[in-house]
Amino acid sequence: MMAGLVLDGLLALLVLAVAAWTIGVCQTFAATVGFTVYGLLLAVVWMRLAAPDAALTEAAIGALTGVLLLRAAIQLAPSEAGLNRLRPALKLRLLAGTLAFAITATLAAVVFHLPEPAPTLVPQVTAQQASTGLGNAVTAVLLAFRAIDTLLEAVVLIFALVAVWSLAPDAAWGGIPGAQIKGGSGDVRAYLSRLLPPVGIVIAFYIFWVGADFPGGKFQAGTLLAAMGLLATMAGLIQPPPVASRGLRWALVLGTLVFLALGLAGMPLAGAFLAYPEGWAKPLILLIEAASMLSIGVTLGLLVIGYPAGQAEQ
Amino acid sequence: MSLLIDAWTVLAVFSGVFFFLAGTVGLLRFPDALTRLHALTKADNLGLGLIVFGLLPQAVDVWMALKLIVIWLLVLIAGAVVSQRVARVARAQESGQ
Repeated sequence: MMAGLVLDGLLALLVLAVAAWTIGVCQTFAATVGFTVYGLLLAVVWMRLAAPDAALTEAAIGALTGVLLLRAAIQLAPSEAGLNRLRPALKLRLLAGTLAFAITATLAAVVFHLPEPAPTLVPQVTAQQASTGLGNAVTAVLLAFRAIDTLLEAVVLIFALVAVWSLAPDAAWGGIPGAQIKGGSGDVRAYLSRLLPPVGIVIAFYIFWVGADFPGGKFQAGTLLAAMGLLATMAGLIQPPPVASRGLRWALVLGTLVFLALGLAGMPLAGAFLAYPEGWAKPLILLIEAASMLSIGVTLGLLVIGYPAGQAEQ
Repeated sequence: MSLLIDAWTVLAVFSGVFFFLAGTVGLLRFPDALTRLHALTKADNLGLGLIVFGLLPQAVDVWMALKLIVIWLLVLIAGAVVSQRVARVARAQESGQ
């Protein structure tokens, strides 16, 4: 008990220290590294709070955003020394500091005045969980009780990819996204991307499958699939399909389409949008999860790869 | 018997933590990128291996034990590949200067 308390205290201090350092450090690159470490520490915090689903998602998303931010930081590096020299006026800094302090103080006040005990929907979830046939309450909430949120989240991912693609120059539109990588077969990247994907794909399907009853699920599995694809792409072993490819477009929207179709089918069959017919909840949820895993994997992978830039710039 | 197993776990995990500590000290104290990588990968591979070795008898079933071993192997591969890449960049920068 005591040891746990000391561990939690140290962890909280470490998280705060890394957060402060990430904000305080001047170089974007160092801040990005700090932010990635911060994400990993948060995953440990979620584990200490006995929320392994949140921890898995945090770790997966942290790794992905880390890659994106590192690339952005490298592109910003040449110009940021000049920007850092332009210190804003004292008044502006005081104003920003006051605003930040006011927001933090308000948040702290709100947190300290939360009703005791906190309002919770846990009893309702536990009472109804059996009707979904799922053993993992988080999956039951995500795909049955609050399915509309999950549906909209998947749509947001596609919007993000559309935003990235919209950066492509007109001439390159419809082409192969990302930089063209020439990989040597003797390169260690090529070795890794032959060795790891079989293992990674099996683990991704495992995480997807156990997600029904244990921590895991489509999002973490999709991130793993994306990572395996990115490994092979970065080693130059495979090439992403052109963004105009019809198969690629279908893969992107498959998860949302299956989700929407089954949701609409719920209206005549179960009496409400996104409702599942009695006894069919688990197989339908697994079907949605499988389709979503594929779509999330493709979307996340393409988000990291970037937009088609054309051959001339490579 | 269970006392013996627990003693083994404590011993192996503490040895593993010691290697992590040594590796971190090496990372902070060694003079250049290549020696730092050396300290980090040697210590982490052996340290994590000892921790996994210590946790194996505590696994509830064979699958749990296999998962622990897979985690160790995956970290070994990742560590080896990443340090090779970092070392390559470090050497390229040294010869460029």
